[in-house]
Amino acid sequence: MQSHNARVGLVLFVVYLILYGGFVFLNAFNAGLMEITPIAGVNLAILYGFGLIIAALVLALIYGMLCKSEDTPQDKKTEE
Amino acid sequence: MIYEPSIVAVLVFLAFVGVTLGISFYLGSKAKSSQGYFTAHGQIPWFVNGVAFAGDYLSAASFLGICGMIAFYGYDGFLYSIGYLAGWIVALFVVAEPMKRLGKFTFADALDAKFNSRGIKLAAGISTLAVSVFYLIPQMVGAGVLIQPLLGFPHWVGVVMVGTVVIIIVVTAGMVSTTWVQFLKGSLLVLFSAILTVMILQRGFAVEQGGVDGYTFQELGPYKVQGSETPFAAFPELESKEDFANASWENTSEEQVDVPEFIRSDSGMWHVAKTDAGYWIRECQTLEKQESGPPLVNGEPLGSKKGEPELHPVGYISKLPDGVDKTGPVGAVEFFQVLQNSEVVLWKSRTVGNQTVYVPTPTEGSKVLRPGEHPTFKGIRSDNPIDKLNFFSLMLALFCGTASLPHILIRYYTVKDEAAARKSTIVGIASIGFFYVLTLYLGLGAMTSGALDVTNSNMAAPLLAKSMNEWLFAIISAIAFTTVLGTVSGLILASAGAVTHDLLQSVMGMELADHQQVRLAKMASVVVGAIAIVLGIVFQELNVSYLVGWAFSVAASANLPALVMILFWKGVTKEGVIAAVVVGMTSSLGWILASGDTYAKVYGLSAADAIVPFSQPGIVTIPLGFLTLIVVSLLTKSKSTSEAA
Repeated sequence: MQSHNARVGLVLFVVYLILYGGFVFLNAFNAGLMEITPIAGVNLAILYGFGLIIAALVLALIYGMLCKSEDTPQDKKTEE
Repeated sequence: MIYEPSIVAVLVFLAFVGVTLGISFYLGSKAKSSQGYFTAHGQIPWFVNGVAFAGDYLSAASFLGICGMIAFYGYDGFLYSIGYLAGWIVALFVVAEPMKRLGKFTFADALDAKFNSRGIKLAAGISTLAVSVFYLIPQMVGAGVLIQPLLGFPHWVGVVMVGTVVIIIVVTAGMVSTTWVQFLKGSLLVLFSAILTVMILQRGFAVEQGGVDGYTFQELGPYKVQGSETPFAAFPELESKEDFANASWENTSEEQVDVPEFIRSDSGMWHVAKTDAGYWIRECQTLEKQESGPPLVNGEPLGSKKGEPELHPVGYISKLPDGVDKTGPVGAVEFFQVLQNSEVVLWKSRTVGNQTVYVPTPTEGSKVLRPGEHPTFKGIRSDNPIDKLNFFSLMLALFCGTASLPHILIRYYTVKDEAAARKSTIVGIASIGFFYVLTLYLGLGAMTSGALDVTNSNMAAPLLAKSMNEWLFAIISAIAFTTVLGTVSGLILASAGAVTHDLLQSVMGMELADHQQVRLAKMASVVVGAIAIVLGIVFQELNVSYLVGWAFSVAASANLPALVMILFWKGVTKEGVIAAVVVGMTSSLGWILASGDTYAKVYGLSAADAIVPFSQPGIVTIPLGFLTLIVVSLLTKSKSTSEAA
């Protein structure tokens, strides 16, 4: 029924899971790497952290756009 | 520190509470049915609901706890920000739409949509209650912490005040008013945090030797040891100082060391720090509780008015890059660049005899901006894999916990359809994410504000505001207080819903007319509110963010496995759901009660004696919940299908 949305959701979820998992693993196994300052003298910990927050918003917006087309008519049906 | 209640603060505070109550009474007259009471008739606009998510979610722990942790330890507090936000991804991509589709009033509805089983309602109802009560404790403790400095009342008065106001809000209007209060509060919190951040950037950084009260902390040295056997003779420069004529050494470690860590002189406690350049002797601050009367601060009884003895505010930069004294306004990126190359004086708390000693510790900016400085996160720099597991476990619980919190889940029933549920979650993510980005600026701004109270990290954000402007302090404190009000009312509503719908109606089979349901829910709210007040007073000594961690772990372990598996696996049976909820809840609770953190902080025992190897349960109990569900479902499968047929 809502399979399209659920599938899109799952794909985006996996994308974020990889990003978040990468952050957690990097912290746990190579904490020293978090101190390097690759861009503009700001360290990786801050860049990656802000990146995760921005990525969450971007993925959420992508999800919102991809779902739109399908479920507007369906909602009427499911909601007796 | 001495907090003098200011008239401005009290007025702003009363205005906020007054407006909040006004909204409740006004909207309360509109919501009579149980649909209106629990879910606001499903008529809340999605944008409002989205900001209300932020209001619900950005609790006292987020605002006060995270800012305080960053202010005292640096980047580590931001790990909570990242984890708390990541949880919303699970909420949006996995849980939001099915929750809206399957349920009507409570989280248990969604779990039970397919089975119509009393057992599921019972288990889910109890887990909702357990998680809500756990989450309530830190909110109430936070309220007491805030009231104390603001209005000058003792802790318990603060807790009782919050409890009473919240009960009035919940009883008068239910979900409609709670939602609008949350909307207002969420918007104000984000708005004023942004204003505060701009002011921090405008202020820039300056080198100081003490906090905003103008007191200069002394630093002696560096001294080279002169090769003598007795420590004092090793520092001839010290011996010649009048202050140190009667000084004695205090050794805190059991082992024999060349130079002990502390010196007690006529003027107070000094810390001895060894560096490559030699030994630095730095002035500390002390706090000593007395059996009767006020505690001693730096050796004198704590006063009650400004100008009398108190601990000095701290939090300052000791070195800026390129040897400058002042930066002037900085940009959002420059803020981190400057800090990265500066040196900040952090104050660490130590116990020496019966005194708590606060030790100034100059720390490189690059260390402040990296993870792993806070005791909870030290594990990531250790070679012991068990310490790393603790970190994984916490990050997993934060990730999975959000989408399992009952007061967040019920917000999916206040909008009209799945599209609205989705859109409001996206708005929620945007506002919460923006706020969490600001937390890093706020925390680091507080760290360098010169206004920190060494004894109370929860006050970092309000005190930062105070160092800018009295009005801002009043507004930020009032917002923080309404934050507590809002979150507590959401939690009490979730609990009342669980009691009325899940436990009384579904499990006990009570037939209730619509108005009876509402009346019963209001009675349940009063009872839960009263319990929250008592627990808030009993647990007042416990750290706020530590308690929130409990709630997230229990929520994630008890609720998430069942919720996710019902959505993605056809083989789920009702026995499987019940078992998963019960096992997840009891195992995570049991783990927490048997953990080193609880041993040390609650029972006052040694953390090393704890039964479980690390403190955060999530990494064990969340998979355990999934496993239980799968195994029990497979075992009971044939029975369920024949029953259904």
